[in-house]
Amino acid sequence: MSHSTKDALLAWVLRACAVAAGLIVVLIVVFLCLEAAPALRNAGWARFFTDPSWHPNRRAADGTFNLTPMLWGTFFAMTGAVLVATPLGVLSAAFLHFYAPKGLAVYYRRLIELLAGIPSVVYGFWGLVTLVPLINRVHPPGASLLAGIAILSIMILPTIALMADAALANVPRAYLHGAAALGLSRWGTLRGVVLPAARSGLFTGVILETGRAIGETMAILMVCGNVVQTPRSLFDPIRTLTANIALEMAYAMGDHRSALFVSGLMLMGQIVLLVAAAEYIGRGRVHG
Amino acid sequence: MSDAPAYLKTEALSLRYGGKQALEEIALEVPRGEITALIGPSGCGKTSLLSCLNRLTDLVPGARVTGRVWVGGKDIFAPGTDLPALRRRIGMIFQRPNPFPLSIRRNLELPLREHGIAERARLDETVEKALRDVGLWDEVKDRLHAPALRLSGGQQQRLCLARALALEPEALLMDEPCSALDPLAGGVVEDLIASLRGRYTILIVTHNLAQARRIAGRAALLWWKEHGGRLIEEGPTRQIFEAPRDELTAAYVQGRRG
Amino acid sequence: MADARAARAADAAAAALVWSSAVLVTGVFAWVLFDLVRLGAGQIDWAFLTGEPEDFGRGGGIGTILVSTGLILGVCMAVAAPLGLGTAVLLAEFTPDGSLLGLLVRRSLDVLAGVPSIVFGLFGNAFFCVYLGMGFSILSGGLTSACMVLPILIRSTEEGFRSVPDEYRMGAAALGMSRAAALRHILLPAASPGLVVGLTLGIGRALAETAALIFTSGYVARMPESLFDSGRALSLHIYDLSMNVSGGDPRACATALVLVALLLAINGSASWMAERWLHRKVSEA
Repeated sequence: MSHSTKDALLAWVLRACAVAAGLIVVLIVVFLCLEAAPALRNAGWARFFTDPSWHPNRRAADGTFNLTPMLWGTFFAMTGAVLVATPLGVLSAAFLHFYAPKGLAVYYRRLIELLAGIPSVVYGFWGLVTLVPLINRVHPPGASLLAGIAILSIMILPTIALMADAALANVPRAYLHGAAALGLSRWGTLRGVVLPAARSGLFTGVILETGRAIGETMAILMVCGNVVQTPRSLFDPIRTLTANIALEMAYAMGDHRSALFVSGLMLMGQIVLLVAAAEYIGRGRVHG
Repeated sequence: MSDAPAYLKTEALSLRYGGKQALEEIALEVPRGEITALIGPSGCGKTSLLSCLNRLTDLVPGARVTGRVWVGGKDIFAPGTDLPALRRRIGMIFQRPNPFPLSIRRNLELPLREHGIAERARLDETVEKALRDVGLWDEVKDRLHAPALRLSGGQQQRLCLARALALEPEALLMDEPCSALDPLAGGVVEDLIASLRGRYTILIVTHNLAQARRIAGRAALLWWKEHGGRLIEEGPTRQIFEAPRDELTAAYVQGRRG
Repeated sequence: MADARAARAADAAAAALVWSSAVLVTGVFAWVLFDLVRLGAGQIDWAFLTGEPEDFGRGGGIGTILVSTGLILGVCMAVAAPLGLGTAVLLAEFTPDGSLLGLLVRRSLDVLAGVPSIVFGLFGNAFFCVYLGMGFSILSGGLTSACMVLPILIRSTEEGFRSVPDEYRMGAAALGMSRAAALRHILLPAASPGLVVGLTLGIGRALAETAALIFTSGYVARMPESLFDSGRALSLHIYDLSMNVSGGDPRACATALVLVALLLAINGSASWMAERWLHRKVSEA
């Protein structure tokens, strides 16, 4: 084969790989839609929000399909975890850059990377055997929104901490020298100069951790009690969208199975919105 | 113009990177077997001109060439041009030595094999000859399997030259080949280039005017004008340095401008 | 004067806050690890690592589970590695910055990286198990994980190619080498650290996965006889023991400890390699 045919062939093989990799997302959306179609046809979008309860049936006419308690469950768990993890993560990054002695910073960063690698099922297990009994002593039943928020916070902390770490590392040295020359204190520099300068990186980190919080399944499934209800206190058990899928996919048939794909489609929609938001911020259209 | 027939020839050659003009309307003839020095202040397009001559510009996203370039009488921008064959005929030496992260022998053999030379005896012979041509054979013959990146800068540059020579090119393009080396190693490489006169058509970019006078038979001055790099004057080195026709050339070679 | 004192107090308070969050994070990590070791370490021995689960997993070992996990990872990497390498090469070497294909593929991978694992599970079930008729099998699970690890694999491999200096590309082209040859003989070896790091991270991600496997590779804890058999992954074993088997906690904990140890080793070596190789490659050239 001549050089140019070889090159052309290679280029086509590579293009085929890339197209295949790129089409996976499309394939996912297509199959979610295909599988969700029966429920949407037989029940329609509205019933997922207006039905009296979640008692799905393989025939849409015989069941009720209200997903709002699960949506609220996801929302509360996600919000709580983001509110807890964000300050901890940003402070962790500040620790890495401005407070920790050099030797310690290396180990702390390594620790956070390791935390990021621990699987959710292990966090869930730990929550189940340690955290849930602990909360149960304060306020039964223990398996609750609170337990979910706690575990979720630990799980998404590495995401925001590592993103914030990168964002702080990108703050130009000159700003720091300038702040030092003005005699600003360490905290003054951090609050007045560094954090504002790193704002778009921090926002992206928050978006990524939100995505992780929404999508997390196993840990939440194991510690939240999985009762279908809109929680009225931190100690109420909840069920999230993701946990609902994991719990019911095993036996769901017909329109019930299809309804679970509808909730999958909702999750996918939320993620697409978040990625678009991250892209928007990353492009710098929202200025720090 | 020189008496020898031109081996490299450009006509109305212009180059743009995206929206930025780099070269404008260059008409240059490089005679066969001669060393021609391309001089001029930095940023005037000397390196860009070199990369048009072997179409390395193809690798630069957004680069667009207009005008014509002939190599050995063939228009290299004509459709259907065999690029690997073209680049085999024109060797290129870069400012920073760029041996591949492979062994010394592999560095020389890889391009040879690419061009269809696979026979062991012929490979060995070609490798040895190329290394002898650049005076590297005695220094490395016992460690041909050592990584090329472990050689000194001067040795690396000579290896790159050997790598180009092994392909038996007709012309060599050199982009300040001595400027990244220490003076001693630079001197060795310079002597080597001078010794290639007559066997290869050489176009060498240099900042070093003394070097241009020492090794080049002809010289061409490039200068940045408002629309990109332009060819100001071309002629025998002696004339360029001692009796320039253009005021700019006079100012540059006397160190008054540039 | 008072202002200065207030500023100093705020500075001290902030320092205390920062230090205590660092201590808190470290503390939680230590707590989790301590609990796992306390509850699980005593049960790990050779018989546990090689034996078959007995009594729904309350007794016996995790040998068959380890085999299934290994097979799922094998299928995952056999598919993801070539696909990921090809895509990364295209994105890093053959795609000019503004190209539409590159843009679309990149955007699509960004979304793919954010897709929740349970959604991968839904997709894998609908596509591999049902539509392609693979059923609950190691093959379905492996292919689903392959989709999941692609983004991380591609990103890291692409990084590897971007850290290869341009001089090699120019040098190869100037010698009249084809791009295929330059890729195979020069760029690929030089970029291999990125590829290895990506593979390692991908294995880590696939190993940690549970939700995507529940409805694809299934629950069966027996020794799998072929790739078309259902096989239970380590992470799923932990989930099943702690949620569905009363009295399964001790074994679940031991399994969790094995899984965490594997992951720490894998992720640790990935970041170690990334630091050594990717850096050195850059500074050497």
